[in-house]
Amino acid sequence: MANSRSMAINDKLGQTERRDSWWIEPLLSGLGLGLFGIYATWAAFQGTNFEWGPYLSPFYSPHINAPWFPLSPAFLILPFPLLFRATCYYYRKAYYRAYFMSPPGCAVGPAQKGGTYTGETKFPFILQNLHRYFFYFAAIFILILTYDALLAFNFDGRFGIGVGTLIMVANVIFLGLYTFSCHSWRHIVGGKEDCFSCDKMSKLKHGAWSRVSIINENHMRWAWISLFTVGFTDLYIRLVASGVINDLRIL
Amino acid sequence: MAEARLKVYRGDSGGGQYVEYKVPVEAGMVILDAIHYIQGAYAPDLAVRWNCKAAKCGSCSGEVNGKPSLMCKTRLDDFDLSEPIEVRPIKTFPVVKDLVTDVSWNYEINKRIVPFTPTNTNTDEWKIYQDDVDRVQEFRKCIECFLCQNVCHVLRNHDKKDLDDPKHLFAGPRFMVRIASLEMHPMDGANRVPFTKNEAGIGYCNITKCCTEVCPEDIHITDNAIIPMKERVVDEFYDPVLMIWRKMTGKK
Repeated sequence: MANSRSMAINDKLGQTERRDSWWIEPLLSGLGLGLFGIYATWAAFQGTNFEWGPYLSPFYSPHINAPWFPLSPAFLILPFPLLFRATCYYYRKAYYRAYFMSPPGCAVGPAQKGGTYTGETKFPFILQNLHRYFFYFAAIFILILTYDALLAFNFDGRFGIGVGTLIMVANVIFLGLYTFSCHSWRHIVGGKEDCFSCDKMSKLKHGAWSRVSIINENHMRWAWISLFTVGFTDLYIRLVASGVINDLRIL
Repeated sequence: MAEARLKVYRGDSGGGQYVEYKVPVEAGMVILDAIHYIQGAYAPDLAVRWNCKAAKCGSCSGEVNGKPSLMCKTRLDDFDLSEPIEVRPIKTFPVVKDLVTDVSWNYEINKRIVPFTPTNTNTDEWKIYQDDVDRVQEFRKCIECFLCQNVCHVLRNHDKKDLDDPKHLFAGPRFMVRIASLEMHPMDGANRVPFTKNEAGIGYCNITKCCTEVCPEDIHITDNAIIPMKERVVDEFYDPVLMIWRKMTGKK
């Protein structure tokens, strides 16, 4: 066999013969993730205005009373969803492209030089393999946030609906779609099976796997929508709690 | 009649350059038609590999304005004809001549994959349901155009193609698809998961999905083949609970 050396190993960062605007996608996703990161960090440092009436910000849920902890309780909560998203198979693509430029676009020169690339074989990126465990935690948070969304109908013992209620319900729906469209979950519920008709259990698993597969196709969409809704839910409750806006009661 | 200008890579393993040709544009024309016109009108020695001209044989892979694509599936009317269109051979594999590359490295990788190993060799007893082969059938659409191998930065930019050293070897998306199609087959009894991790180098994939973006057969390479294989590798090599469970029960 002839020498198989690639002609692109010396391509510099961003070098490409492509003429389309390949850089828009990594730019937008980099900006989106960056803006969310800045807002979430700021909101986590506040430690106030995260609840109003029956509403509780997802950044501060569940309620934790930890006087021993020097920072706001959000810092005890946010690592879990952060790790879930950081190891997510979609976000990996987004930030490897946007931040690590590995590569920034398809058929575009990457930041690393030839032999230095180790992908997900070395620390820290080898830890991406633990995504399923962060999924388990994220699933627990969906339960907690569902409970919060139900409480958001309870205005001093009376049933009611405010704009905040709708926002919290929408948020938990989108977070749920994002969480349960996870690739690891798709594997766990049935994808790991080789045979879907061999026994009763495997038929059940096929049903579960097919359903997860349907929402899994839009994992990226749920990732972005839920990232927006979770930030927006915190912002809305923050604005209401700090008196900047009034919550509109619908019922 | 409208006219297109094509800058076509002419050269061999020693090097080359782009040569510009003028091609009259006809309705529905694709890049491969234009290449054939160039062969007929100007350069009978222009080398291009092709067979079906219907996106089914996987021969005419190239890079058109930098985008890995099948020349027979890339229409001229998708381009701004006031600028020349650049056509070059795929970058990841060495040029033989002009647009033809030596893709034999891929066949060497293919030989290393344990072929289909049926658990029951009496095929009369085989009963396979559609549910069981849906996944595998998607992978069987592969036409081995090697565009995914070409665009994958692990092979393209990092050149992880050392057949003698598994530390510097990544089998590439096409062969992750083949491994997945065998691993998910209900009648297959072989285990290729250790091979996938240790010799095919699945850890090198950072799922940036370019393989899926260029696949002319629309195989969801990353979501349906590579990620499920990564998860199977996690089951056997990285999941601490499953490892303890296997130790305790002695089950595989």
